[in-house]
Amino acid sequence: MVDAFYKSGEPIADAKAPQGPIEQRWTTRKFEAKLVNPANKRKKKIIIIGTGLAGGAAGATLGEAGYHVVQFCFQDSPRRAHSIAAQGGINAAKNYRNDGDSVHRLFYDTVKGGDFRARESNVHRLAEISTQIIDQCVAQGVPFAREYGGLLDNRSFGGTQVSRTFYARGQTGQQLLLGAYQALMRQVDAGNVELHPRHEMLDLIMEDGRARGVVVRNLLTGEIQHHTADAVVLASGGYGNVYFLSTNAMGSNVTASWRAHRHGAYFANPCYTQIHPTCIPVSGDHQSKLTLMSESLRNDGRVWVPKKGGDTRRPADIPEDERDYYLERIYPSFGNLVPRDIASRAAKNVCDEGRGVGPGGLGVYLDFADAIERLGRKTVEAKYGNLFEMYERITGENPYDTPMRIYPAVHYTMGGLWVDYDLQSNIPGLFVTGEANFSDHGANRLGASALMQGLADGYFVLPTGLGDYIARNNLGPVSATAIEEAETRVTEQIDRLLAIDGDRTVDSFHRELGHIMWEYCGMERTEEGLRKALELIPALRAEFWSRVKVTGTGAELNQQLEKAGRVADFLELGELMVIDALHRTESCGGHFRAESQDEDGEAKRDDENFSYVAAWEWAGSDEQPVLHKEALEFEYVHPTQRSYK
Amino acid sequence: MKLTLRIWRQKGPGDKGAMVEYPVDGISADASFLEMLDVLNEELIAKGEEPVAFDHDCREGICGMCSLVINGTPHGPERNTTTCQLHMRKFKDGEVIDVEPWRAKAFPVIKDLVVDRGAFDRIIKSGGFISAPTGTAPEAHSTPVPKPDADRAFEAAECIGCGACVAACPNGSASLFLGAKVTHLGLMPQGQPERWDRVVSMLETHDAEGFGGCTNTGECTVACPKGIPLDVIGRLNHDYIKATAGGAKK
Repeated sequence: MVDAFYKSGEPIADAKAPQGPIEQRWTTRKFEAKLVNPANKRKKKIIIIGTGLAGGAAGATLGEAGYHVVQFCFQDSPRRAHSIAAQGGINAAKNYRNDGDSVHRLFYDTVKGGDFRARESNVHRLAEISTQIIDQCVAQGVPFAREYGGLLDNRSFGGTQVSRTFYARGQTGQQLLLGAYQALMRQVDAGNVELHPRHEMLDLIMEDGRARGVVVRNLLTGEIQHHTADAVVLASGGYGNVYFLSTNAMGSNVTASWRAHRHGAYFANPCYTQIHPTCIPVSGDHQSKLTLMSESLRNDGRVWVPKKGGDTRRPADIPEDERDYYLERIYPSFGNLVPRDIASRAAKNVCDEGRGVGPGGLGVYLDFADAIERLGRKTVEAKYGNLFEMYERITGENPYDTPMRIYPAVHYTMGGLWVDYDLQSNIPGLFVTGEANFSDHGANRLGASALMQGLADGYFVLPTGLGDYIARNNLGPVSATAIEEAETRVTEQIDRLLAIDGDRTVDSFHRELGHIMWEYCGMERTEEGLRKALELIPALRAEFWSRVKVTGTGAELNQQLEKAGRVADFLELGELMVIDALHRTESCGGHFRAESQDEDGEAKRDDENFSYVAAWEWAGSDEQPVLHKEALEFEYVHPTQRSYK
Repeated sequence: MKLTLRIWRQKGPGDKGAMVEYPVDGISADASFLEMLDVLNEELIAKGEEPVAFDHDCREGICGMCSLVINGTPHGPERNTTTCQLHMRKFKDGEVIDVEPWRAKAFPVIKDLVVDRGAFDRIIKSGGFISAPTGTAPEAHSTPVPKPDADRAFEAAECIGCGACVAACPNGSASLFLGAKVTHLGLMPQGQPERWDRVVSMLETHDAEGFGGCTNTGECTVACPKGIPLDVIGRLNHDYIKATAGGAKK
């Protein structure tokens, strides 16, 4: 029985969203939150882990507000956070196209797109704030695409029928992050933010059940340091690298979140992994990561495969009537713009039928021939030029002449640490923002909404709830015992990793874990496969702790040691993801259980039994995790089976 | 592919470094340069040797973290390409490849191929921003930006801050990096109020960090993986002269 893998705990009674009409809730919360006297703010210290869109925006805003911020990132500069690699765009309900967009429609699309596994209150707030984000970024000098009249341009994006996506060529994430980074550096200059690049959080300092600080390792010297504060904010991104191959940056990891989880922070919906449909297919064993092609390409690119299996002709030699434009065929009203989960699974299905293209048959064509004919090569170049170049560099093929090959890859994780409406985890004083939390995307994230959430959390949402917490809790200094305990845990783990001196590299374990996760907890999951994974992962973890080889010492720049600590956490998280996937015997969004599909092969949700957030509590290394359910209520957007046909 | 790598090894900032030769074999032409180094490192670890330390993160050519001088050229032989996007098909079987860290006084070596580029952050900190407090911004459409200006600003804004321009410059100047930021922000109406102060303080920090002066050799733009054009330096100089002569600061 599934129950043998977990225990049931108390349900989560309240996510602390205000009552009343949904349009009023955020306004109400802002008004009811207690304020901190400006003179007191500088005496209050806030630690922020991560400098991406959520963390960078939070540091800039809280520094500006007058708090004393101490911020960390593992890269050599905050500007390198992985938000920088987001390509496509950011949504906002500005209705600049006059195509019927509104806050309510963005809210509606996001709840529906998340397959009714997100919170209505949070999503509505996100839609409301979206318009302010664009204003803020424009004021910072973010060079969004503009029209000849000088006004902002928009385009449509996967899963929506209105043009509400703001973009900066294919580098929207970069430009938004640079805006946040520059605002953050301005606060560093002003003395409000104390910045520590090349530092990694390795543990949480806890006292009286509250988060009171962090233990970090200086990645250059290996020095273990502690920093205490009034509150801790995790803005440390997602955990997609548990799959080894993913579109995440190589350093992206789950360590900050996972170490907090081990102190009691609930980990919510870990099995919701978004598989992005438009990545460059894997080319060989040497491969270290997968490269995403922006989803905006689906606006003009047509996806197809040969009608018959095993057709090895060059794409140009396959006549029109022997091609299957399967997305346009199956989903006539959305066509190539269906949401990510639908597009990804459809690609997998045609490849499973033996109709995939390219080496290994794991690929489908994304063809721009029609767009080039309709718009002219110049226009296509202006829109997607840098993406085309990137594709050519990686594959050696020219996409102007021959269709791109794409295949789905792990991209974004909708799960993360559980937070309430204020972005506070169930550990008081521990706040979680951006991809590191779970709250806004449900079981599937629509395109161009990650950047929106990161910036909304950092610039606009966090300051309210965090201020309220600070105003209500006048905390004293942290005891030496609490600090010492945390530091000891960190040094003990490092010593243990270095002492194993085994015969397998860290990467070899990571790669093996990734294979297990992709095979059994990837695009499609079955009970049998998940059970198999539950045998394989603990065995691999045991092997890791007896055979891993970490070269060098702890007292220096040691990239193997950094990786080893992260892989140790992935090995634990992987098992929780599988348990979560196993217990959820429905299909929804990025979680497709093969046992739960309708006669057309579409995902079948089970609202009666699974309309809840699964928030998992850590019970110990060899203990079963405890499941806490937060029931989801839909007052404004009524759950219907999603159909894009 | 079979290759001979000659890699700069240096234990720490104070230590003396040296080129060390490593043969590698069985490299896929589809591998990126960094993946080729991953393969080498796996072999070194298996033999109980210290792997080569190098900086990298997104491996999509956008984070700006990777930083190798390959055969004397920052980011290697391919134009408009970061090291992580350089693929082994660009090399010949049997080739000898030199791999070194960024070479510049303002970028001290930390270990092997890893250098400290903190000076770039300090330059931005000294003025590379627009002061726009959160939550008080005007409606985005209230400030139109002519498309040609927006496009040119965007072109400059593409700088990823990798530092290849500095590593390529015989003087170790960061003028292209500065020019890109000054151009990006200075072309937009939002960036005007601080335009003159910005250029002066960024240049002062630049000099104080130990970057050299610009003599228009143009090596920076050749090495730049994002193709930032040389004329941003013209704009930097123009704005600086105007700012100081006009008495905007000093």
